[in-house]
Amino acid sequence: MIEHFLVGFALLLGFFGGYLIASSRRHGKRSERPREVHQILLPFAGTEISCRAVDAALRLARAEEATLMPAYLATVPKQLPLDCAIPNEAAGAMSILEAIEQRATGQGVPVDARIERGRSYRHALRRLLEHERFDRVVVPATSTGGTGLSGEDMVWLLRKAPAEVLILRPSPSDDARVFAAARAK
Amino acid sequence: MSRGHYKIFLGMAAGVGKTYRMLQEGRAELTAGRDVAIGYLEPHKRQETSDQAIGLEAVPRRGVSYREVEVEEMDLAALLARAPDLALIDELAHSNAPGLVHEKRYEDIAEALDAGIDVYSTVNVQHLESLNDQVAELTGVRVRETVPDSVLGTADEVVLIDLTPEALVARLRAGKIYPGENIDAALNNFFRIENLAALREVSLRQVAEDVEAKRLTLHVAEPLGTREERVVSEVPKAVGERLLALVRPTPSSQRLVRRAWRSAQRLGTDLDLLWVKTPGKPVEGEVERQVTALRQLASVLGATLLIEEHDDLVAAAARVVRERGSTYLMVGESLPRRGFARLREPLPQRLMNATPAGVDVRIVAHRGSREEGG
Repeated sequence: MIEHFLVGFALLLGFFGGYLIASSRRHGKRSERPREVHQILLPFAGTEISCRAVDAALRLARAEEATLMPAYLATVPKQLPLDCAIPNEAAGAMSILEAIEQRATGQGVPVDARIERGRSYRHALRRLLEHERFDRVVVPATSTGGTGLSGEDMVWLLRKAPAEVLILRPSPSDDARVFAAARAK
Repeated sequence: MSRGHYKIFLGMAAGVGKTYRMLQEGRAELTAGRDVAIGYLEPHKRQETSDQAIGLEAVPRRGVSYREVEVEEMDLAALLARAPDLALIDELAHSNAPGLVHEKRYEDIAEALDAGIDVYSTVNVQHLESLNDQVAELTGVRVRETVPDSVLGTADEVVLIDLTPEALVARLRAGKIYPGENIDAALNNFFRIENLAALREVSLRQVAEDVEAKRLTLHVAEPLGTREERVVSEVPKAVGERLLALVRPTPSSQRLVRRAWRSAQRLGTDLDLLWVKTPGKPVEGEVERQVTALRQLASVLGATLLIEEHDDLVAAAARVVRERGSTYLMVGESLPRRGFARLREPLPQRLMNATPAGVDVRIVAHRGSREEGG
């Protein structure tokens, strides 16, 4: 009778022990999973970004199992400290970042967004390059000259970015803006 | 010897009644049996103000010769020798004539406070150093006599003497602020309604910020005392709403921050972000990068990122909720619970139980799960 009880107790212990080990391995796997730095930077400025640029960046990110890093470049007037809060500008950036994240989630691409401040778009970009790591940069060139990065900024980026830079040719389809798409949903 | 109690009557402009109120409160203290003396009074030939000073002892002023003109200043030595329980000292931003112990009257006041004398004093908002430019821009008038903002911070009490711009202009027209010949000039320059409205807003904000700063300092610094005091401390002291979002150094927290910030914007309130860090765990590699990103985002949005080291997330969050007077707590959707964690109460429920009554807990859904759910 006692033997049966001991065998039963040992089986119970074994079951719980096995469960605990399996459980800890499962957690261990999740936290110890090697994670390469594999990011695609999508810098943008102003109040909109073309769907084509976002889709191109997402396609690349998906193919390479990379994280998309949309980065909003904000300019801070010279009379204000560079690290001051910019809630009005941030509000516009939030809407675009939300829209990009929405598209990315639909395609299973992880997103890690940034908002970088500078005295100019290029200054913000330079600050971003200084402290972030990425393997590719996708930049939409604008046909209208508008609010985005200028041609000179692109040349500067090609020279300075420690990564492959993909500059997208302007296209009529650029008129389909992510922000507008997000608002329509 | 303990430092004296310091009370400042702050106004948006001359004529709102700061000196009047200071004298009124001084008289009340006198009636209550305290030893009250006027250290310095500048009644500006206003009859109502002078009437309030009747019956209050005034410490004799000190005559000083400056640029061949005899001026009268507060006699600090005489005041210290007289040592009343409470001294009424007008215009703390005043610059003393050369030759006196201190350059500024607020420095005289500091010495009186150190001697254990309670002090009531007055100042206008445009004399505060940090607001001087703003006020000059708003009104076109720049004052030369400024005081560091920290002077306001050293006060135990700041009382705002508020008056609507219309009422102040009416007082001016009635000759209660300046003599008749100066009224028109004043109305056309400094005392325009739009100027006064802007100054009033600046004053109200200043006092609100001062109240907030003192509330937070008191709450953190003071240990809990009697049961009654503890009960009082449980009551959220913030007048408006205050949001606290629990974040982790992961990209997914950014969505939570964005949501929380939008809510804070709608409520017109401040946002705090809290990361409860496991004790002893180094912040390095990817975690460090994400903490930097969170800090950056908080700075852009004007939010405050708090990092607390604690092994109990719920206890740490509840403490911060009390300290900051948070009224909303926002958390991200938890990961699916595995193993023994399934037996525990869900995080939002534990937060509800641990935080003071009246604090709402809101869960921000993960983008993925929202879409899966249709």
